Order: sequence, then C-alpha cells, then structure tokens
Amino acid sequence: MLTRIVAATLFALAAISAHAEDVHPSDWQEVLEEARGQTVYFNAWGGAENINAYIEWAAGELEKRYGVRLVHVKLEDTANAVATVVAEKAASRDTGGSVDLVWINGENFAAMKQRELLFSPGWADALPNWRYVDHENKPTILTDFTIPVEGMASPWGMAKLVFFHDSARMDENALPRDADGLLEWAKAHPGRFSYPQPPDFIGSSFLKQVLLEKVEDPSVLQEPVVEETFEDVVEPLFAYLDALHPVAWRSGRIFPQNYPAMKQLLADGELDIIFAFNPSEASSAIANGELPGTVRSFTFPGGTLANTHFVAIPYNASAKAGALVTANFLISPEAQAKKQDPAVWGDPTVLALNKLDEEARARFEAIELGVATLAPDELGPALPEPHPSWMERLEEEWKRRYTAEN
Amino acid sequence: MTKEGLFLDGVTIALEGRVLVSLTCRVAPGEVLTVMGPSGAGKSSLLAYLGGFLEPAFTARGRALVDGVEITALPAEERHVGILFQDPLLFPHMSVAGNLMFALPESVKGRAERMRHAEAALAGVEMAGMGDRDPATLSGGQKARVALARVLVSEPRMLLLDEPFSKLDMELRQQMRMLVFSKARESGLPVLLVTHDEADAKAAGGEIVRIGE
Amino acid sequence: MLTRLGPLVTILLLTGPIAFGLAGTVLPAFGFLPVLGGMELTLQHVHALLSQPAILTSAAISLAAGLVTALFSLGVVVLFVAGWAGTQLFGRVQHLVSPLLSLPHAAAAFALAFLIAPSGMAARLISPALTGWERPPDLLVVHDPMGLSMMAGLIVKEIPFLLLMTLAALPQVRLKETRTLAASMGYGRVAGFLLGVWPAVYRQIRLPVFAVIAFATSVVDVAVILGPTRPAPLAVRLVEWMNDPDLSMRYLASAGALLQLTVTAVALGLWMGLERIGRFLCIVGVEKGVRLRRDALLRGAALLAMGLAAGAVFAGLATLALWSFAGLWQFPDALPASFTLKSWMRAMPRIASPLYTTLLAGLLATLIAGLLAILCLMREEETGRRPRRALMLLYLPLLVPQVAFVFGLQLFLIYADLLATLPALVLAHLVFVMPYAYLSLKDPWHAFDRRYNQVAAGFGKGRWRRLALVRLPMMTRAVLTMGAIGFAVSVGLYLPTVLVGAGRLTTITSEAVALASGGDRRIIGVYAFWQMLLPMLGFGVATLLPALIFRRFRGMQV
Repeated sequence: MLTRIVAATLFALAAISAHAEDVHPSDWQEVLEEARGQTVYFNAWGGAENINAYIEWAAGELEKRYGVRLVHVKLEDTANAVATVVAEKAASRDTGGSVDLVWINGENFAAMKQRELLFSPGWADALPNWRYVDHENKPTILTDFTIPVEGMASPWGMAKLVFFHDSARMDENALPRDADGLLEWAKAHPGRFSYPQPPDFIGSSFLKQVLLEKVEDPSVLQEPVVEETFEDVVEPLFAYLDALHPVAWRSGRIFPQNYPAMKQLLADGELDIIFAFNPSEASSAIANGELPGTVRSFTFPGGTLANTHFVAIPYNASAKAGALVTANFLISPEAQAKKQDPAVWGDPTVLALNKLDEEARARFEAIELGVATLAPDELGPALPEPHPSWMERLEEEWKRRYTAEN
Repeated sequence: MTKEGLFLDGVTIALEGRVLVSLTCRVAPGEVLTVMGPSGAGKSSLLAYLGGFLEPAFTARGRALVDGVEITALPAEERHVGILFQDPLLFPHMSVAGNLMFALPESVKGRAERMRHAEAALAGVEMAGMGDRDPATLSGGQKARVALARVLVSEPRMLLLDEPFSKLDMELRQQMRMLVFSKARESGLPVLLVTHDEADAKAAGGEIVRIGE
Repeated sequence: MLTRLGPLVTILLLTGPIAFGLAGTVLPAFGFLPVLGGMELTLQHVHALLSQPAILTSAAISLAAGLVTALFSLGVVVLFVAGWAGTQLFGRVQHLVSPLLSLPHAAAAFALAFLIAPSGMAARLISPALTGWERPPDLLVVHDPMGLSMMAGLIVKEIPFLLLMTLAALPQVRLKETRTLAASMGYGRVAGFLLGVWPAVYRQIRLPVFAVIAFATSVVDVAVILGPTRPAPLAVRLVEWMNDPDLSMRYLASAGALLQLTVTAVALGLWMGLERIGRFLCIVGVEKGVRLRRDALLRGAALLAMGLAAGAVFAGLATLALWSFAGLWQFPDALPASFTLKSWMRAMPRIASPLYTTLLAGLLATLIAGLLAILCLMREEETGRRPRRALMLLYLPLLVPQVAFVFGLQLFLIYADLLATLPALVLAHLVFVMPYAYLSLKDPWHAFDRRYNQVAAGFGKGRWRRLALVRLPMMTRAVLTMGAIGFAVSVGLYLPTVLVGAGRLTTITSEAVALASGGDRRIIGVYAFWQMLLPMLGFGVATLLPALIFRRFRGMQV
C-alpha cells in the first residue's frame, strides 16, 4: 500500500515537473502568456558600459512589451555562470535555478552542452524571429567553435578580430599585415603593444590568431587537442610569445586585464595597436569620447578569427518562457539594428538583410557605421575558431609558462 | 494607608565579605535620618540598595519598609523612592515642564491637567512660568529647585538625598537645605540624607548615624 | 529575559558563521565534500595546491603585504602621535584624516590608482613641462609584481584606522603628565612618548593591529585594483578557483583557503616576534636613557607621511570625480578636453538596484547590530561584568581571513537554498558590522551617567521606558554615530557581498570592483563617487539629525 502511495506521489511529481519543462517556442502564444510577470536573470559579462546600457534598454522594452523583467547579472567571467549551474546540478537543484539566460560561446558553450546543462531539445530555430537569421551565409551560427549548436543557443551577434590604431600617431603604411609583421613592428616600437592576460577571452583569442597563422597544419585545430602532439603543435606560438614579451608593454611583466583596459591604454597613448572582437568597437568608443576621433581599424589580409556569440538557457532555469521571449526579442530586427549602431554598441547583426521587410532593412541602412569601422568587404577572410579544447589547453599552458615572472 | 515612615530592618551591606553598613532604625514621616561617614564607607551603597541599584558585586541582607510596604522586595521602578543627587540631573532633552511631566504619576490624566500639575509644582519652588525653558539655560540654584520640584511631583514614598547640597555655594546651600527639609516635612516624607558635611546634619535636625568609623 | 538573549545571540552570530564557514572550507581541503562524492580523507588536494604555478610566490606576497602594511601604517601613526599629539596641528590633521576611515577600501584603492598610474593625475600634472613626457612612461607602477602599490593602497586606509584606534586609547594614559615628566628629564617628544606612553597604548590597540594584518594578508578588492597579477596574491587566486566552472577546483580552493589561514597565522606569529623585538628595544632605550632630543627630522617625516597618505587619497578622489564628468581626456592634459554628464546618465539607471541593496542591507545589518550591541551592554551592566574574553570573540570576524570562511559559508547557504537572498546577505554583513557597532557604542555607553537611570526609576519608569525615554534620547549622537560606522562598514564589504550575493544581489562596492577590470575610468568614477558619498551621508545624518531634533536644548549640543 505504502509503496503504491509513494509511487503515485512520485508519478504526480514527475508529471508536474514534466509540465514545467513543457514550454517550447512552437506554441509561442503559450510562451508569451507564461512569460508575463516572470523575472529573467540574464548572466552576461558586465565589463563594458555600452553593452550594459544596451541590455538596460532591452530590459525596458521587454518589460513594456511582454511584461518580462530582465535583470542583468554582471559577470566578470562567463565561467562563473557555468559554475553556478554546475553547482546547482551537483546539489540536485534541477528546477528553480538561479540562471535563466546566459551570454555564451566557445568553451563555456561546449562545457554546458557536454555536461547537459542546457535547455533542450533545441529551441532557437523555432523562435518566431529565427526566420530573419542568416544561418545560410554565417556558418558560425550553426557551428560554434567546431561544436554543432543544434538550436541550444540563440545567436545574438557576430564577432571578428579587428585591430585599431591611432592614425595621428601611426603611419598607415607601416601597419602590420600578419602576426609576424606585428612582431616586427613591436620590436621596432617597444612597449606599444600588448594583449589581455589569458584566460581573458580577447587575450586567448589573440593566442589562437597567432597559432592559426603559425601552425604547420591548421586542420589539427579543428579536432580536439591530442595531448601527445600538443607541445609540438603550439611550439611556434610560444616561441612567438617569448620573442614578443620583451618588447611588449611593460616589457611583458604585466598585461592589461581585458579589452576595455586596452582601450583606455590606447586613449592614454600607452599602446599604439590594440584589437577587439567587434569591428565597430572603435567607432563606438569614438562616439562615447573614450577614444580620439583619429583612431582607425585594420585587419590582416590573410584573415582573422571570427565567431558568433549566443544566448543560452540552462536546463534548470526558473523562467524559461521569459528567457525564450528575451532570446526572441534579441534577434528582432529592431533590437539587432539598435545593437549594430556604433553609438549604442556596434555589434554586427546575425540577421540577413535580404530576409527583412523594407522598413526593417531601412533601419539597418540608416546606421552610420562610423569613421573607424571597416565596410564588410574590407574585413578580410574569416578564420574559423579551433575546437574549444585548444583554448582551454592554451590558457593552461600560458598560465604554466607565464604565471610568474622568471 | 498608615503613615509609618521608613523602617530599616537589619540592613547589612557587604563587599567581598567585608561588612560596610549594618543598620536597624526607624525614620518617621517628615523626619530626617542623616548617615555620615568618610568616602568609601558605604554611604552610597546604602542609597543604591534602597533605590534598587546595588551593584551585583555587593551583597545585602535585611529589608526596608516604607509605610508597611517592603520596598526592597520590589523592582526599582515600583519602589517610588525619590532621589536627589549632588547634581540636579535634569534631563537635557526635555524642557523644564517636560522634566516635571515625565516624573508625574500616570494617574494624573490629560495633557492640560498634567501641565497644570507641573506649573503648580514649579510655583511651589518659586519657579512659576519657567516651564518652557531649556534646563541648560538655568542657573545652578534654579536647576536644584527644579530637581526638587520634580522629585516631589513624582509622589515618592520617601526621599533619598545623596549630598544634595555639596555643589552649591554657601548662600544657596542654606536656602536649599531649608527648602528641601520643609518640603519633605510638608509632604510627610521620611528622608535619608547621606553627607559628610556636619552643617547638613545640623540643619536636618534628626538622628545621626555614623558609619565606617 | 531579553537582555540575557543579547550576548547569547551575539556570540552565536559571531562564532556560528565562522565555525560553519571554516568547516565548510577546511573539510573539502582534505577531500571531504559529499555533494561532489568526496568522502575519503586525502592529502591529494594539498599536493595539487602546492604544484600550482608560483603558489608560494602568491603566499609570500600576501604575507609581505600583511606585515609591511601593519608595520608601515603603525609606524607612521606612532611617530605622528608621538611627535604631534597635543598640538593644534594634530587636531587639524586628525580632522582631515577621520573621514577616510569611512571610505571603502576599494574607493581608496581606485583613488590611488587614478593618481599614481603612469597615465594618472600625478604624471599629468608634471607633464610634459617637467618630465618631457608626451605619452605616459612605460613604467610598472600599478599592479607591480612586488605588490608595492597594493600595500600603499592598504596603508593609506589603515593609517586612519590605527590613528583613530590610538586616539581612543590615549585618554586611558596620562599623556600630558607623562610628557611633561619625560621632557623635564630631557627626553625629546618622540622618545618620551615611545618609552613612557606607548607600551600602555599599544596594549589597547593590539587587536586592531592584528585585524589590519589579517585583512591585508587576505584582501581581495584592493588586490584586484592595485595588486600584482603574475602571480596575484593568494586570496585573489582563491576567489578565481572558487568561481571556476570546474567543480573539482573547489577542492583546490579549499586547500588554498587552508594555506591562506596558515599565511595569516604565520603573519600574526611573525608580528608577535616583532613585538618582542620592539619591547626589547624599548627596554634597551629606557636603560640607556636614549633621549633623542633632536627629533625634529623624525617628527617632520611622520607629519609628511601622514599628510602624504591623506593627501594622496583626497587628490585621487578628486581625480575620480573629475573622470566621472570627463569627455575625451588625453595624456598629458591635466583637465579633460570636455565635460559631460553622459557617464552619470549612462550609469545612474543601473546604479539604482545595487544602491537599493546597499542601503537595505546596510541599514538592516546596522539596525540589528545596534540592537544586539545595546542588549549586550545592558546585560553587562546588569551582571556588572566586563567580559574580556568576549572582546576577543568580537574581533574574531576581523582576525579570521574573510576568504577562508565566507567560502564555506557559501556552501551552507547553497544547501539551505538561501544563497543570494537578502536575509543571507544581511547575516553575512552583520558578522562584520557587529564588532564595530559594539566597539563604537561601548565607551559612550559606559560614559553615560547612570544616576539618570536611578532618578527615572524613582519616578516609576521601568527599564525599557528608561531606555527609550531617557538613555537613548540622551545618547542619540553616540547611537547615530554607531549607526554611521556600521553602515560604512557594510557599504565597504566586498568579498562577503560577492560570495553571498552571488552576483544577483549586488552593492555599489561589488559593482565598482567588478568594473575595475573593465577599466572605464568614467564609470568607475561614478561608482567610486557613490562609495564615497554613502558613508559620508551616514555621518552627515549622525551629526545633523541630533542637532536638528534637539535644537532647542543646549545641553544636547556638543
């Protein structure tokens, strides 16, 4: 008798929790209804004010239009949000989790997907606004760092490694054209180049850029790291860094903590060349008075690293419906156009302009890209991101070699 | 209620086993018992004992009764023992009238009525019309008189005086002695005066007990 | 009995979170963490810790930071008090320095960073005229590998703290008499003070000095803003491991926390050694009769150090304020090319929520701490005991490195499903506010003339009415000052906020430090401005409110 009661209770509980999982964008009306009144904790890196301001704007719109309250949990590192979900799973907190939406890509996405910490099955391609997304021409929307996305994350913006310099201080013709050129330039101008200290995202990306250029056979990078050959594969990268550090900013004894810190150093005149993952970042900074109007962009003719960044929903999120509504709003033509405006953020859109209606397209075309932003055809080839395991191992190796000064 | 005055029944106060005070005596209503002795002799502990504020380090035996009520069995706030110290100790955050109304028993109801009582008490010490004043603006003699009016208006069972005149100058001291003792007599209050000023004792006119000698 | 409850709750409050927190931190270091399946005791995590790159360098930096900070700030304070106490100038400097006590550590660190960086205000003021620098020099000042700028950031904050602690202890020694006596025997001011007065004063401020050492060996916020990065001080690396997505890093973090405890304990042990040396030197000085009559240079140096420490923070704060209104501001311009309200307008909507949390957590923690402190003090009066050992207990949260027990506490809060809730945040703040609330209320409480209580009791007023109608109103200023101090402590708390708030409950300070790595000086300026403003508001209220309420009563004015 008792066992039957227990079994029935368990069954009822299972039914309830199954129901709680039930939201799916295929029934959008139901999602909207359930989302109303929910609070969505959006875990997103909070180190850049323009991005924070944009999220603030989105929060206002979501509240107004859908009754969804978006709270920006400002992270120093996206890994912290992953850690939270991991801890919650370890503590068997499978519902009512504290993270509802997370800004993510690369190794963090890979980690969450592999540990089955993501809301599944795939939902992103069932969002109403997915129909505008340019997944045909932007392969990184479907494959993130060699990992198939499978709809478990919704694209938010495009990123490409772009270099900035102050044309008032630097001759346009002296600009380096590849990683080796950059090293030569740094030797000629000691103390004027640096990169954010890994495991900062931008800093690690610089390591990957150099590795992609210097590696003998780039195809190994598309596969997970093989420990036996790791040393040999990365040898040229660390030889490069060993040569770079003595002529880097502060003689390579310390490194900027992240991109905004590098931006400040360019503004102060401490650095002459910096780089970011956002082609219009320099124009935004000029518009905000953070960089002088003489700053310009350049890339390497041989190509630079490119990827897509996403938003994803943890499996135990408290406000899944609200998170879905948020993800859908973030890829609406209106939100995407505002995001691309350098005066706001300047993050390139994931949408295909030819899929938009007249009015939406006009919105994009009206955006003043800014003096420092390269036109899409000037950006040069896109180099695909290596498998996430490379980033992890590179960071580890960097730490091992350079954590302490020698 | 019969007016029997104060009865100290075998009151013994000791500190760390050393007996400081050991006293049995009666004080009739309106009469003054003067306790004299050098400092540290236990005069203040006797007052603290009667007021209900004896430090835990002291031990006390015996009991004290006023008009048949054993006050030493009551908590401090139910003893209704009026105290005058050498400082007037007017509450600095209340007006003069406020000080008096604070002391008035709760049985006097209504703000206007309480105000009237306070004004009457002030008039009784020649301070009529001073109710609105900030105590800090009064002279030393005025403060002493307000303190007296305040303790009287609280309708105490008895008065404890802890060298209340020692900080006044010669002339004022004489005036205040007269005023305090005559008021106590008027109200029929038994008074216990602690002092080391012989003149105080003389003015009090009652029995004198010397301790610590 | 309510007053009996006071000490009991306080003791539970001080020891509970620390004991549970330490257990939650230390057990995983030896492999015991059942949620992750760790049931066996092992030393493997300690070994893993020791094989971390440059871990001993990190520990050494932390150790050095603790000792250097304490030695330097105490040295400046001692020499300053020795050389100048009783002079007019002393009073003026004291007034200048006191407000710095309420400034959060992070704000002071930002101020210093904005001043001394190669592109900072100091370099701008003298460039290019004096230096010829058209661009910032490639000098390693902030984040220097030895942690000197971090220590400087700590020193400028600890000097006001130790100075005020010393000032509180001074009335208990006969400064003037001893000084006159020493002078009549031909001792210089400094020597007279050091040999005659100092030993008695030092006994009073020993625990605060220990608190400085414990704090400096385990600081996170100042280290993030000013400290070395290759490697970072131990506590900073600990927090990184605690936040690592790889859960197994929690074992490593726990082992690290154990190392942190060791480092702090070693620092305290070494300090006690230094105390012995100091005592020995004092004895030698007395026996030899070292008079040091020409101490003008020493006195001058002490004054200079004092002024420099305070001046640097004020100049830095001014620079911060300037940045918050700056448009483009290139090196070496001493002033921005343009001024704008843009940073404020961008930041303000996002400040609202952390501001609300800061105020709520601060006020609640302070209120509870104040009530408990009053209950404890009432109980002390009732029993007539002034418990010395309990005082030790009060310092416990200040002597155990925060990072070593708040991490364990976090685990318990996750279990209890209380992480990132307001009650948990208030509790965590309470642990640190409580000591300051009690310590700041203690002296005024005992100084209250208890005869007022006896008078009121004679009028038939019970103890709670005596408290509410007589004692508290008369002590309004002291109570509000206690509140302002408690609130300032709460505003400045970084690590407990980050670990217990878990990013969902944020305060001005946790937000400001999170921005530190972002480097946008304008926005940091706005946040640091608020950090500076909030405690000041508290003290403003504590000064103005009593004056306003009791404006009719001269006896209530100071």
